Amino acid sequence: MDLHPPSDPLAEGREEELVAALKAGDEAAFAALVDRYQASLVRLARMYVRDRTTAEEVAQETWLAVLNGIDRFEGRSSLKTWLFRILVNRAKTRGQREARSVPFSSIGDGDEPAVDPERFQGEGEPHPGGWRQPPARWDGDPEERLLAGETRALILDTIEQLPPNQRAVITLRDIEGLSSEEARNVLDVSETNQRVLLHRARSKVRRALEAYLGEAK
Amino acid sequence: MSCKELVELVTDYLEGSLSWRQRRRFEKHLSLCHGCVAYVEQFRLTLRTLGRLGEEDVSPAARAELLAAFRDWKRA
Repeated sequence: MDLHPPSDPLAEGREEELVAALKAGDEAAFAALVDRYQASLVRLARMYVRDRTTAEEVAQETWLAVLNGIDRFEGRSSLKTWLFRILVNRAKTRGQREARSVPFSSIGDGDEPAVDPERFQGEGEPHPGGWRQPPARWDGDPEERLLAGETRALILDTIEQLPPNQRAVITLRDIEGLSSEEARNVLDVSETNQRVLLHRARSKVRRALEAYLGEAK
Repeated sequence: MSCKELVELVTDYLEGSLSWRQRRRFEKHLSLCHGCVAYVEQFRLTLRTLGRLGEEDVSPAARAELLAAFRDWKRA
């Protein structure tokens, strides 16, 4: 099954056509964009605002801003990056009014090891810095297990509790699949910083899964 | 490179941002350490799972509302 048949306006390399179609008022082009990005926009907005209704409002405002600004869109960044950037700026403003949002990089940036240091041997033991008890393989069909409802909720919950900067980076990079350059354009965080934040966030999600899958056995 | 050091470098490794030397040390460690192989595999599974969390459909109500807004915009 081909997920991107030739007529798909969102297929790679057809962005210019899509922008032209939008400028010309082509509803099918707009609908294709909505189908592709609306869920992402709401999810991203949820990082900054309190509830889903507000997130949906912010997403709707973003679409209107996109339509009203499409004539000025010059294609210097990708349409996706532009869209996400507008969304993030609006959601941040909204979140600040709600006082949910915490200034970027203000918390949670101390030294946070990826793995509990207790899991490693200390000085004076046979292999300092080596596993005390190595991680187990996640057996069975881990991917299926991981996507079951309960695990999904656990992951979303873990992400929800991350410091905002880590939450933003892991959402954009790993859930939305942005490249590090695209994420830098959306969030104004350097690639080096991004890697640090991403590593902390991913490590915490892995940890939560390990604890959960360990218990479930 | 110890196991404790390796677990801090997994994202850098996957992003291809380790120096050539570090990469060699990382891979050499993996070739000798089952615990770290399992760790990196857990990490990759975590990423694959995160990548699939995004599969979600737009609610029909929100979609209809956006298309109505589009028609208004077009008329304006």
